Amino acid sequence: MSVLVDNNTRVVGQGITGKAGSYHACNNIAYGTNYVAAVTPGKGGTTFENSIPVYNTVHEAVEHEGANTSVVFVPPPFAADSILEAIDAGISLIVAITEGIPVRDMQEVKAALQSNNARMIGPNCPGIMTPGQCNIGIMPGYIATPGKVGVVSRSGTLTYEAMYQLTVRGHGQSTCIGIGGDPVCGIGHTEAVQYFNDDPDTDAIIMIGEIGGSAEEEAADYIKNNVRKPVTAFIAGMTAPPGRRMGHAGAIVSGRSGSAKAKVTALEQAGIAVAPTPTEIAETLLSIYRP
Amino acid sequence: MNIHEYQAKDLFGAYGAPIPKGCAVQHKEEFDGAIDEIGSEAIVVKAQIHAGGRGKGVFTDGYKGGVKIAKSREEALAAADAMLGNTLITKQTGEAGKQVRTLYFSEPCDIAHEYYFAILLDRTESKPVIIASTEGGVDIEEVAEKTPEKITRVHIDPLYGIRPYQTRQVAFGLGFSGKQAKQMMELTTALYRLFWEKDASLVEVNPLVLTSEGDVLALDAKVSFDDNALFRHPDIAALRDIHEEDPKEVEASKHGLNYIALDGNIACLVNGAGLAMATMDIIKHYGGNPANFLDVGGGANEDQVTEAFRIILSDPNVEGILVNIFGGIMSCKTIAEGIIAAARNVEITVPLVVRLEGNQVEEGRKRLAETRLPITPAESLSDAARKVVDLASSG
Repeated sequence: MSVLVDNNTRVVGQGITGKAGSYHACNNIAYGTNYVAAVTPGKGGTTFENSIPVYNTVHEAVEHEGANTSVVFVPPPFAADSILEAIDAGISLIVAITEGIPVRDMQEVKAALQSNNARMIGPNCPGIMTPGQCNIGIMPGYIATPGKVGVVSRSGTLTYEAMYQLTVRGHGQSTCIGIGGDPVCGIGHTEAVQYFNDDPDTDAIIMIGEIGGSAEEEAADYIKNNVRKPVTAFIAGMTAPPGRRMGHAGAIVSGRSGSAKAKVTALEQAGIAVAPTPTEIAETLLSIYRP
Repeated sequence: MNIHEYQAKDLFGAYGAPIPKGCAVQHKEEFDGAIDEIGSEAIVVKAQIHAGGRGKGVFTDGYKGGVKIAKSREEALAAADAMLGNTLITKQTGEAGKQVRTLYFSEPCDIAHEYYFAILLDRTESKPVIIASTEGGVDIEEVAEKTPEKITRVHIDPLYGIRPYQTRQVAFGLGFSGKQAKQMMELTTALYRLFWEKDASLVEVNPLVLTSEGDVLALDAKVSFDDNALFRHPDIAALRDIHEEDPKEVEASKHGLNYIALDGNIACLVNGAGLAMATMDIIKHYGGNPANFLDVGGGANEDQVTEAFRIILSDPNVEGILVNIFGGIMSCKTIAEGIIAAARNVEITVPLVVRLEGNQVEEGRKRLAETRLPITPAESLSDAARKVVDLASSG
């Protein structure tokens, strides 16, 4: 068992015939991920990497190859349209890697997701990986190893830090989810924690957040009331000044909301072990979780 | 992206939201013409900079107030003369202040009551929210905390857009009736259309006023835009005022670097926004102060790192540099070679500590150790932060 993706996931790559997309898709395939189709409008009838059929529409990829999950590498101006196409084609999980999609477009996508019962990870995210089974997106496979710790994070390289710290200490991960750094995103911290809580093969959870919004506080609330598995958190941006966007479109302290300090306080009050520095994420978890 | 008040008011006007008569000027020769155009006896003169607190601000030559209500043409000309070209310091500008390159002249109005009005994204709901309050001209967050009942919130469904009943909720929520309710409904529709059509991230009117003649008017205007959407609004992108931005940040963005200047002594260069923030935090944790936020993105190649070093070193406060790269897909060996080449391209005058982790990390560290350049390799991020703080304070 794992969360959201596994051996049975059938991936369609949207925009993977471009340079960056094809590079990462090839890495995913080399990892053993089951890419069943690619979609690039105008290139239908050709193949990707000499074996994977390319279609003009997601609907065809679903109909002919049984794709159930899509990964989106489409450039920002066209990305929202591609996600809407995947939703319309009945794809149940969309992993949107693209960075820089207008927030307005994502609000429309979010509304469409809700009315179609589809789920999305991202955008502006590293993707999702169930080690040993399925790696969708841009996460480096070698830093992960199969195991029992669920990892959810807004930031890419910080996720890698946490996964790597676990791996070198001999602890594997059930699933790692990079939810992305945008203000409007699909699956959030709370929802990811919920999946890990319900997954019998996840024994402990690492949640990595950053300044901006209130998703970490909401997750803290959920954990306090529902989660008995050990949870460790780290929040980036203690030193970030208010009013400045720290790289991610969502990482901004506005007025009195979204500060790292408020988040850490909420997490600690929920009984979550908060790592004091990014180098102590695994150690902090292992101080409360003995597998 | 932020714009000036006069630009925001032009947009308000274009969308049909009522604003006082006004005119922007950049040169002394335009003063008289602008006053003639407005045609009122008294004139409000407002310094145009991207910072709040202008009214209470002080200019570097001691002149007080970036907003003046002048009773006559002579007073208006004197105030405008004092402000244009002068540097204004407010609670939001920092000590250096901002040079005033544009003034906004407008017609004053008699205020019967001040309100607050804003449209922004509600992240929890993933949809826009209109926030309106009968308590205008003050800190809205304080109102939200102390008297939440005085705030009306109306969420707009992105798929349906704004509906007349929602504009009524706003107008009646503010206690308007009759002609004023109708004006408020029209203003709400106009500003929502501006917010949505132009991909704004904030439209704020503080204060929105009811004049003693009984009209609803946007007295101030603040609009900022989603940078990710500027590609489809060349008209909005053209409103960017590069003078309002840190020149180092402008230079960085040309090279695909995400740089934000801060006021500390330890510079950092990191791949990934989250890790970059965490690196700033750990510098502080070990007693240093971050001089910047700098995300080089996934790649971190020689050209980018060279440019990043140049930008970092143009900040005279920098006493040490911490490079923190997690080589995910790209190998640490390639990254190390990029850092070494960049360090050769730029004369590094302060201690440079490098922490690499990830793909082929041993080879990467070996390359760093082999070079004769003054690079201090670190075993871990904690080790790196400790080392750079020590070296900076001893240097």
